[in-house]
Amino acid sequence: MSTPQNPATPVATKPPSRLYRMWDSDVFFSFRRSPVTIVAATVAFVLVLAAILAPWIAPYNPFDPASLNLMDGFTAPNSNSMMGNYFLLGSDHQGRDVLSTILYGSRVSLFVGVSATLFAMAIGISLGLTAGYVGGTTDSIIMRVADIQLSFPAILIALLIFGIARGIIPPSQQEGMAIWVLIVAIGLSNWAQFARTVRGATMVERQKDYVSAARIMGVHPLVILIRHVLPNVMAPVLVIATIGLALAIIEEATLSFLGVGVPPTQPSLGTLIRIGQQFLFSGEWWILFFPAITLVLLALAVNLLGDWLRDALNPRLR
Amino acid sequence: MTEPIISVRNLVVEFPLRRGLFTAVNDVSFDIMPGEILGVVGESGAGKSMTGAAIIGLIEPPGHIAGGEIYLSGKRIDNLPPEEMAKLRGKRIGMVFQDPLTSLNPLYTVGQQLVETIRRHLPMNEAQARQRAIELLGEAGIPSPETRIDSYPHQFSGGMRQRVVIALALSAEPDLIIADEPTSALDVSVQAQIIKVLKQLCESRGAAVMLVTHDMGVIAETATRMIVMNKGRIVETGTVGDIIKRPKEEYTIGLIDSIPSIRDETRRHEVTPAATQLVKVENLTRDFDLSPSFFDRLVKGSKRSVVKAVQDVSFGIRKGSTYGLVGESGSGKSTCARMLVGLIPPTSGRVLLEDEDIWESGSGTQKRRQRVQMIFQDPYASLNPRWRVGDIIAEPMRALKLVSGKREAEERVADLLEKVRLDPIVMRKFPHEFSGGQRQRIAIARALSSQPEFIVCDEPTSALDVSVQAQVLDLMRGLQDEFGLTYLLISHNLAVVRQMADDVGVMHGGVLVEQGPVDEIFDDPKVEYTRMLLNSVPDISKVE
Repeated sequence: MSTPQNPATPVATKPPSRLYRMWDSDVFFSFRRSPVTIVAATVAFVLVLAAILAPWIAPYNPFDPASLNLMDGFTAPNSNSMMGNYFLLGSDHQGRDVLSTILYGSRVSLFVGVSATLFAMAIGISLGLTAGYVGGTTDSIIMRVADIQLSFPAILIALLIFGIARGIIPPSQQEGMAIWVLIVAIGLSNWAQFARTVRGATMVERQKDYVSAARIMGVHPLVILIRHVLPNVMAPVLVIATIGLALAIIEEATLSFLGVGVPPTQPSLGTLIRIGQQFLFSGEWWILFFPAITLVLLALAVNLLGDWLRDALNPRLR
Repeated sequence: MTEPIISVRNLVVEFPLRRGLFTAVNDVSFDIMPGEILGVVGESGAGKSMTGAAIIGLIEPPGHIAGGEIYLSGKRIDNLPPEEMAKLRGKRIGMVFQDPLTSLNPLYTVGQQLVETIRRHLPMNEAQARQRAIELLGEAGIPSPETRIDSYPHQFSGGMRQRVVIALALSAEPDLIIADEPTSALDVSVQAQIIKVLKQLCESRGAAVMLVTHDMGVIAETATRMIVMNKGRIVETGTVGDIIKRPKEEYTIGLIDSIPSIRDETRRHEVTPAATQLVKVENLTRDFDLSPSFFDRLVKGSKRSVVKAVQDVSFGIRKGSTYGLVGESGSGKSTCARMLVGLIPPTSGRVLLEDEDIWESGSGTQKRRQRVQMIFQDPYASLNPRWRVGDIIAEPMRALKLVSGKREAEERVADLLEKVRLDPIVMRKFPHEFSGGQRQRIAIARALSSQPEFIVCDEPTSALDVSVQAQVLDLMRGLQDEFGLTYLLISHNLAVVRQMADDVGVMHGGVLVEQGPVDEIFDDPKVEYTRMLLNSVPDISKVE
C-alpha cells in the first residue's frame, strides 16, 4: 500500500493559503510534536535575534574606548561597580560589560558561522553536482580531493589556510581582512561533507526518468543540473548545513580561542572565552562562564534543530 | 466435512493516521480448506496484502487488528502474544513474498538457511535436516539440488531464487502458505514454472494456500476459489470459473472487462499497408563495455568483457501505426528504445527518421528532439517532484523554444491537459497530489507538448492497475487517431501488445528473433521462443 487515501478528507474546494499549507505539512507536524525541538528553536531564535539587535539592546557599547573605565573592572554579576554602574553579568578586566560583549560577540560568531557555512555549501554543492552528474575521471579527482581533506581534522585545515593567508596579505591589512580569512578558512575546511552528500544524491537523481525526459528534449546539462537535480538534492544539504553551522560556530570559537581568529578589537565568543580563561582561577569566573554558556547554548540549539530536520526530512524514519 | 485450515471472521485492520482513521481491511471473512488455493485479487490499496499480513501477525505499526477473529485449524490466533505468533510463523504458516532477493539472506548459502529453518521447527539433526533440504529443493524444481544447496542466493536466477523461497516456506511442513505476489517480479516464462511448482506442492502436501496477486491471469491458472477485494472490502467470493465467466458485482465486471487478453482480436484501426515508413532501424547494435578498469587489466591481467545488449536489429515502423516490441527482461528492448530517442548512442547501425539519421549531428539531432518523445514506465520517477504540473508539461515547448511568453505556454498546457482528460486547473499542483494513472496522463501530456510524430512508450502501463491500464491505453489510442501519432510500444505484457500494436517484434537475448503483423505472430508463431512465450502467459480465457 503506497499512499493511503483517507476517505475522511474532504475534497478541498479552494486551495488553502501557502502559509497554512506549510504549517499543516508533515515537517511542521513533526515540529509541533517534539518539545525538545520547540525549546531548541526558541533558544536559537532568541540568541540570533539578540545578536542581530545587539547595537540597540546592549546596555553598553563595549568597543567604544571612550566609554570604558578601568574603574569598572572586575565587577561581579548583578552588582554595581565602584563608579556606580550596574552590570547584570559582571564586567571584565577592562571594565567592559560582559552581557554587551556577549551580544556583540555572538553577532561576530554567527556572522562568521553563517557566511562560512554558505561558502562551504556553495563550493560543496557545485563540486558535488559536477562529480555526480559527469562521473568518470572528474568524479574521481573531486572525490579523492575531498577524501584527502576529510582525513585531516577540519581545524588543522583552517589553521593551514589561515597561515597561508597571513603570508600573502600585507600586515597593514591583516586586521581588517581577518574576519574574511576566517570565513574562507572555515568554509574551505567544511565543503567536503556537502560535496559527498550532493554527489551521492545526484547520482541517484541522474538515473531517474525525469532527467532522461529532459535530455530527450535537448535541455542543456547545466540547466538540468540547476533546475532539475538541485531542488531534489536540497533536503540532505539543508540538514548538513544546519549541523555544519553549529560546527562552524564552534570552529570559529576554537580558532579565536587559539588566538588566530578575529582580532581582540572585534571579539567573538571564542575571543571572549580566551580572555575569560585568564581570570578563571583568580575568582572572576563570570568573564569566562557567560560567554562559554552562550556558545554551548547556541551550538546545542542549532545542532538539535539539525537533528530534528534530519529526522523530519528522512522518509524512512517517518 | 473437514475443518478449514484458516478461517477469518469479520477482520478489520485500522491505521490511525494523522488525518483520521484509515481502514485498510474492512469486515473480511473467508475460509481456506486443506489442499485448496484461494486467490485474493484486487488493485493496489485494496487491502489484500494487509489481510495476509494480519494473518501472520506482521502488520506494521501503527496499524493493528481492530476487530474480528482469525482461526488456524480451529484455534484462535489473532490475539496470541508476539512470541507465540513468532513460533507459528514458519512452523504452521509459511510465507512467499514478491521479491525473492530480499527474502533470502545474501550472506548464507541457501542450504544453511534451509537447515536452520528446518531444525528450528522440526526435531532433526544436521545431516537429516540437510537431506530434507535437498529433497525440498528438488521438489521445488531446482535441478541437481545436491550441488546447488551450497550456493549463495546471488548465484541463482530470479526464478530459481523464488523456488528456493518456496522450498524455505515449505520446509517446516506448514498447513498454510501465504504467497504475496509470488510471481510479479518474474518474467512470464519463469512465472509459468513457479505457478506449476506451487500448485503441485500444495496438491501433494495438502497445504492450504492464500495466493495474493493483482494478476487475474495467475489466479485463473492456479486457484480453485477466489476473492475479489476493493477498498478493504470483499466484493465477491466464488469459484474462479464463476467469477471470471459470470461476475455478478459491477466492480468485478469492470475489472474483468479491463483485462486485456492475448486472444483478443478486436482491431481498432487499419493502417494502410502501403503507408510510408516513418522510422527505420537498420542493423542497430549496442555493446556495453563491462571490462575491469585499465589498471586492473594491466596489473591483474583481467580480460575485457563486453555485453552485446542489442545485436543487429532492423525493423521499420509505418507512419500512424504502432510497433510492439516484446521480450523478457534483459532482452534488450529498453536499450533499443533508448537508442531510438537519443539517450544512448548505438555502437553501430542507424536510426532513420524520414531518411535522416537521428544520431547524425546537426539537423538529425534537431529533428529528433522536435519529433521524437518518450513515455516512461514509472510515472513516479518520470515527473520531477519539485515542479508544478504546468511547468512539467511546458518544459519541452520551452526547451525547444516553441512558445513565446508565459500566456501562450499556459494556454497550450491547458489545452494538453484537456486532451489527456484532466482538468486544466491541476497545472498549479505538484505530481505527488496525483494517482499513478493521473501521473501517466501528465507524462503523456508532456510527451505531446512538443507536437511530436513518433512516441516511444517504454512499458507505459506496467506500473498501473488493470482498470487504469485500460484507461491509459484507451487514451493512447484516441490520441493516435487524433494526431496521427506513430508509437513504438515496448512491453513484457503480450496481451497489451496484442491489443495495441499493428506489427510486433519479439526480442530475445538482444536479437530480434521474429517480426511481422501482430495477428500472424500471435496466432501462428514461427519461432520456438515466441511459441514458448505465448504459451506461458497466464490468461483468463483459459478458464472453463
